[in-house]
Amino acid sequence: MSINATLIGQMITFALLVWFTMKYIWPPLFDSLEERRKKIAEGLAAAEKGQEDMILAEKKAKGVLKEAKEQSSEIVSLAQKRANEIVEESKELAKKEGERLLVSAKAQIEQEMQQARESLRQEVVALALSAAEQILGAEIDHGKHQDILSKVSNQLG
Amino acid sequence: MATEVHAAEGATGYIIHHLTPLHFGEGFWTLHLDTLFFSALLGGLFIWFFKSAAEKATAGVPGLVQSFAEMLIEFVDTQVKDSFHGRSQLIAPLALTIFCWVFLWNFMDLFPVDIFPLIGSLMGIDYLRVVPSTDLNATFAMSISVFFLIIFYSIKIKGAWGFAKELMFQPFGPWLLPFNLLLKLVEEIAKPISLALRLFGNLYAGELIFILIALLPWYIQPVLSFPWAIFHILIITLQAFIFMVLTIVYLSMAHEDH
Repeated sequence: MSINATLIGQMITFALLVWFTMKYIWPPLFDSLEERRKKIAEGLAAAEKGQEDMILAEKKAKGVLKEAKEQSSEIVSLAQKRANEIVEESKELAKKEGERLLVSAKAQIEQEMQQARESLRQEVVALALSAAEQILGAEIDHGKHQDILSKVSNQLG
Repeated sequence: MATEVHAAEGATGYIIHHLTPLHFGEGFWTLHLDTLFFSALLGGLFIWFFKSAAEKATAGVPGLVQSFAEMLIEFVDTQVKDSFHGRSQLIAPLALTIFCWVFLWNFMDLFPVDIFPLIGSLMGIDYLRVVPSTDLNATFAMSISVFFLIIFYSIKIKGAWGFAKELMFQPFGPWLLPFNLLLKLVEEIAKPISLALRLFGNLYAGELIFILIALLPWYIQPVLSFPWAIFHILIITLQAFIFMVLTIVYLSMAHEDH
């Protein structure tokens, strides 16, 4: 177990190994590690940014949705109002029409009543005249007794 | 199996055989060929794996190889960032190299103790010690390199005078200069020695225990070597980790100006 020239040989080998590692092994491997680390960091940052963007977009979408909802509810309420108005209008119209119909019907009824009354009066007059004729036993001359007849008929009307 | 081969020399012979490196040359100029070969091979394996990951490196979806390499890179980078606050192009790659290389060295310990010597003997190699971290030369080569880096950065950051001042005037002020100097020198020199000996001691002891277990009858061996191997998985990783972290800490201390 003695120290000898092997020591020198080993030192040379060691120096060569260290030199080679320093020159050709460490830098490329370490650089690739660093580069990957950077890439991963960038990727993570991008992912974070994407997430933020997504949150922003979501917020925006929510806003748009809310606006749309408000608008639609506005439209619906407007439509309801308009519908109510239309209903009111048509109700009014119907009422007016009904009144008009009622008035005209009443007028017709009046007229018919007048007519009926007229014809009834004439019939009554005729009946009264015939009754008077029978009572008097003589014919009443329409021409002669025009005054009386019209007086009676007026009394009956 | 190999027990019979060394039966003539007994258990001691077997152990000595396993702990003797394949050497070449005399005196100081001895080379441990197995240590040099296996550590270079494992270093090549490390380089090859990471190089293939680095070539295909992409910031997109990483492949299996790249993921594994990046896992180690991030692990080392975290350790470096935890204790080292300056800027340095060297420390992180250095720490990665140390961790992976030492781990691979130590990993050789998990192969059955006889398998590589057996293959070696078939190829006509008498001695083969495959775990580089059981060779003091390997661990000291690394820790002394780290020591040189500590000195280099201390002088580079603090200046030669600043470093000398730190050695002389701390921790007890200028009146106890010799004492300070002694303390500081011991402190500095203790760093590479403790680094190297800790790794060497752990792995050498671990290997020795594997060898001792291999001396027992075959029916007892699994009962002992299995839990020891599992425990060793922890040890080899831990030792690689300790070597790396201490290197980072020492170098960050060298960078700190008081």
